[in-house]
Amino acid sequence: MKSNGFGLKTYAILYLVFLYAPIVLLPLFAFNDATIISFPLRGFTTKWFEAMAADTTLRTALTNSLIVAVTSAVAATVLGIFAARASTRYDFRGKGPIMGLIMLPLVLPDILISLSLLMVLLGVGFTLNLGTVIMGHTLVCTPFAIAILTASFNSLDRSLEEAAYDLGEGKWSTFRLVILPLVTPGIVSALLISFTISLDEFIIAFFLAGNQVTLPVYIYSMLRFPKNIPVIMALGTLLVAFSIILLTLAEYYRRRGIAKTGGKDTGGFL
Amino acid sequence: MHERGWWERFRRSEDAAGLALISPTLIVGLALLAAPLGLMVIYSFLTDSSVPASVEWVFTLENYRAIFAERLYTAILERSLYVSVLVTAVTVLLAFPVAYYVSFHVAPNRKSLWLFLITIPFWTSYLIRVFLWKVILGYNGVVNSGLKTLGLIDDPLSFLLYNVNSIVITLAHAYAPFAILPIFVALEKIDRSLLEAGQDLGESRLMTFWRVTLPLAMPGVVAAVLIVLIPTVGDYVTPEVIGGGKIPMIANLIQNRMLGLDNRPLGAALAVVAMAAVGLLSLAFVLANRRFLKKNAR
Repeated sequence: MKSNGFGLKTYAILYLVFLYAPIVLLPLFAFNDATIISFPLRGFTTKWFEAMAADTTLRTALTNSLIVAVTSAVAATVLGIFAARASTRYDFRGKGPIMGLIMLPLVLPDILISLSLLMVLLGVGFTLNLGTVIMGHTLVCTPFAIAILTASFNSLDRSLEEAAYDLGEGKWSTFRLVILPLVTPGIVSALLISFTISLDEFIIAFFLAGNQVTLPVYIYSMLRFPKNIPVIMALGTLLVAFSIILLTLAEYYRRRGIAKTGGKDTGGFL
Repeated sequence: MHERGWWERFRRSEDAAGLALISPTLIVGLALLAAPLGLMVIYSFLTDSSVPASVEWVFTLENYRAIFAERLYTAILERSLYVSVLVTAVTVLLAFPVAYYVSFHVAPNRKSLWLFLITIPFWTSYLIRVFLWKVILGYNGVVNSGLKTLGLIDDPLSFLLYNVNSIVITLAHAYAPFAILPIFVALEKIDRSLLEAGQDLGESRLMTFWRVTLPLAMPGVVAAVLIVLIPTVGDYVTPEVIGGGKIPMIANLIQNRMLGLDNRPLGAALAVVAMAAVGLLSLAFVLANRRFLKKNAR
């Protein structure tokens, strides 16, 4: 057992090295005093961060991204609550196909979602802007929100709800007073995950944003010009740090939620 | 009278409660997903119009015929399927031991930490991650300059970038958590006493793994395969950034035909063919493994 476990552990650690290899490079090049992204490193500088701070297009893109991410996260989480509650609480005809359709964006290539949506939106006469991006992002974030919320709703003890009915509470007040507080950590976690997904989503934003650029679309346009790359590395460093903070928060709420309802931690967001 | 009785019964039933509750999400799904995908399928049977950004509503199978008659299209289609199958195989094979290690050898209170560490890279900018693989594999990249410093090579290795290998490495990296998590969940469900029983009955550890652990883990493996295989067929970014646009996959072709050349029916038909191909592939894989899936469902 010992020797077997050791070999696997070495492998698992090497695998983590593979997973983190690209990300470790980010801060190295972000603080590197050279335009060309290659080794050996040339010395320490913070000028790329200064250049980033002075970039007004980037600031607009960031604002756009935040608007899209907040709106999509709220919309996806609300839609996720409806679907997760319905699928965990009730058995109804057509549940399988309906959930299948709603969860489909999880596996469907983004290019199909964005191009087919683009055809319909243009056909109906929509102008492409942040609103159309929000539609696309809500669609792809909802399955992730549902996955998290289903776990929260599943860990609920049905007898709590029945006790509330017996004590004379109605359907809505039971939901608000008993169920909602118990799934709040799941909701926060779903909001954070949806926000993170939307903030990073590129394909849908690329095709549906029209002239309004989001952060990933801006990054994509910058990657074509070698002289801009160090600034992108600086931006990437900040984004990674920010994602880690958000995910740590999401994980904290997810675990607290499970502890609150007395469930067993099965780990993971998916 | 009779009608109202039926309606009343329906209104109070669990069916109605469930459907009413799920309706907002369902409506969004129908409007933003089902309808667009349906339109895509319809477009694939229509004729391209000379008027920009429009189609002629004349039914035809010409788009499909054109796809199978044109070597360029079938070649790109084959490449996309080849890349996604290869990525899936590499990703799932590399991921399985990691999932196994975390499930069987990590202390229960540290499992969440491992899963957290595995998922973090996935949540950092996809575009930047893809670009960084270009930095690692590139002509003056990390691998080449490292090998040069060590004196192992004199000239940079050029086979690392701008080919299918680099696309496979990048995608295997991007989809790692999607493969690890379903396998991990399946492994966690395995009753550990079954494994002890196997060994008590004189099976070697390897045979116990082969005859007990692996069959019970198959539902997770199947889920991992599907969740990697289907989206990677339609990957757009990696061929653009890593391949430098020189080795397009089907997503790049669809985008080019639909928007670049403004031939929506042809683009739509390409999308339908690609999805049908990967759908059939997935179905074949699920059917080939159905005995493992059935056993667990019982």
